[in-house]
Amino acid sequence: MEEFTLYRIFINLVIATKWTLILSVISFVGGGIVGFLVMLMRISPVKWLKQISWFYVEFFQGTPLLLQLFLAFFGLSVVFGVNLSPIAAATLALTGFTSAFLADIWRGSIEALPHGQWEAGSAIGFGYFKQLQLIILPQAVKIAIAPTVGFLVQVIKGTSLASIIGFTELSRAAALINNVTLKSLLIFGLAGLIYFAVCYPLSIWSQQLEKKLAYKA
Amino acid sequence: MNYQFDFSVIWENIDLLIVGAWLTLKISFVAIAFGIALGILGSLARTSGNRIFNGIALAYVEIIRNTPYLIQLFFIFFGLPNLGIKLSAEQAAILSLAVNFGAYSTEIIRAGVESIHQGQIEAGLAIGFKKLAVFRYIVIPPALANIYRALIGQIILAVLFTSVISQIAAEDLTYVGDYLNSRTFRSFEIYFTLALLYLAIVWLIKGIAFLVENKVFAFAKYKR
Repeated sequence: MEEFTLYRIFINLVIATKWTLILSVISFVGGGIVGFLVMLMRISPVKWLKQISWFYVEFFQGTPLLLQLFLAFFGLSVVFGVNLSPIAAATLALTGFTSAFLADIWRGSIEALPHGQWEAGSAIGFGYFKQLQLIILPQAVKIAIAPTVGFLVQVIKGTSLASIIGFTELSRAAALINNVTLKSLLIFGLAGLIYFAVCYPLSIWSQQLEKKLAYKA
Repeated sequence: MNYQFDFSVIWENIDLLIVGAWLTLKISFVAIAFGIALGILGSLARTSGNRIFNGIALAYVEIIRNTPYLIQLFFIFFGLPNLGIKLSAEQAAILSLAVNFGAYSTEIIRAGVESIHQGQIEAGLAIGFKKLAVFRYIVIPPALANIYRALIGQIILAVLFTSVISQIAAEDLTYVGDYLNSRTFRSFEIYFTLALLYLAIVWLIKGIAFLVENKVFAFAKYKR
């Protein structure tokens, strides 16, 4: 059996971190796209669209991410007879999770704008989507950007739960090495350190953006 | 899709699910209570003006907020025995959840305390209130009103986090689900029902929080 030196443990964890980052980026991009659509439904004047998106957000915000992963990985394969790979199930669940929170953050950013902004757009003859595109979104982006970056940290931390359905990223690599070496304190300490090295700069960036882009009404 | 849904596994094991849900609620409650205590200590340290206390509290907050809960749980449950500290699954679950909640509530409570204008405190002292009375009547009520919603939001997240403790075999609601799943393979029915149970718990918390807010924090309504 090969010996797990500190160096080898660290290298293995860093290699596995690649998959944490890949899953985070896919989920964030996918969640961003879906979240934008859900947000559009949520702010639309059409009642049933609003209700669907309301329940969508409540479901993903009101149930544990771990269960969302289990539903995607175990539940869907049983019902539809398709076997999703761990990365496919993780992507699906994390996209749902991310989209619900981003939709909520972005809705809040749009609603933070005074309603007169919409009315001004309508007064100069813009239709609904023109108002949204040319007047509302450019201002809302400024409000949304800091909490969006902040939420990226939640997504990265959330990917750790994908380890439980068997996707080998940083947390699962740590658990696997732990099973062999039993140097638990060291291994989970190192894994935590790597997560910290990824997440902390993003947190700081988010805080700086918040100060810089604070909305002045 | 010709799958036959069969929810009988739920009704036949309703007793197990109730036991699991009870443990989820119990652990959440205890962990959040300890977590709030930690958060009060943390926020006192953060606002104390003492650089060492502030530094320690800040490091605590940033470390916890920038690492996944799963790693914190494993660090405590698997890691601490390396130092000769052995905890049961339930103890490790409560400790890790409390430490996690403490970090988030430190920042929430700090923000609440800092939201009180210095002039308010001076005004209280000027009209002859004792320091303790200023704290009780002038600082605490609006500070609580300011942090209330953020704290409820964090409590809900903490309850949802408890599902992760099933991974160290603490027998919470999710653990019962895993157990039933491994015996019946009714994965969709089981996990879907569990999801709805968590959703029901979350809505219950939201409902109670809403009633309490209207009753207790009616004085702060003008702000919203």
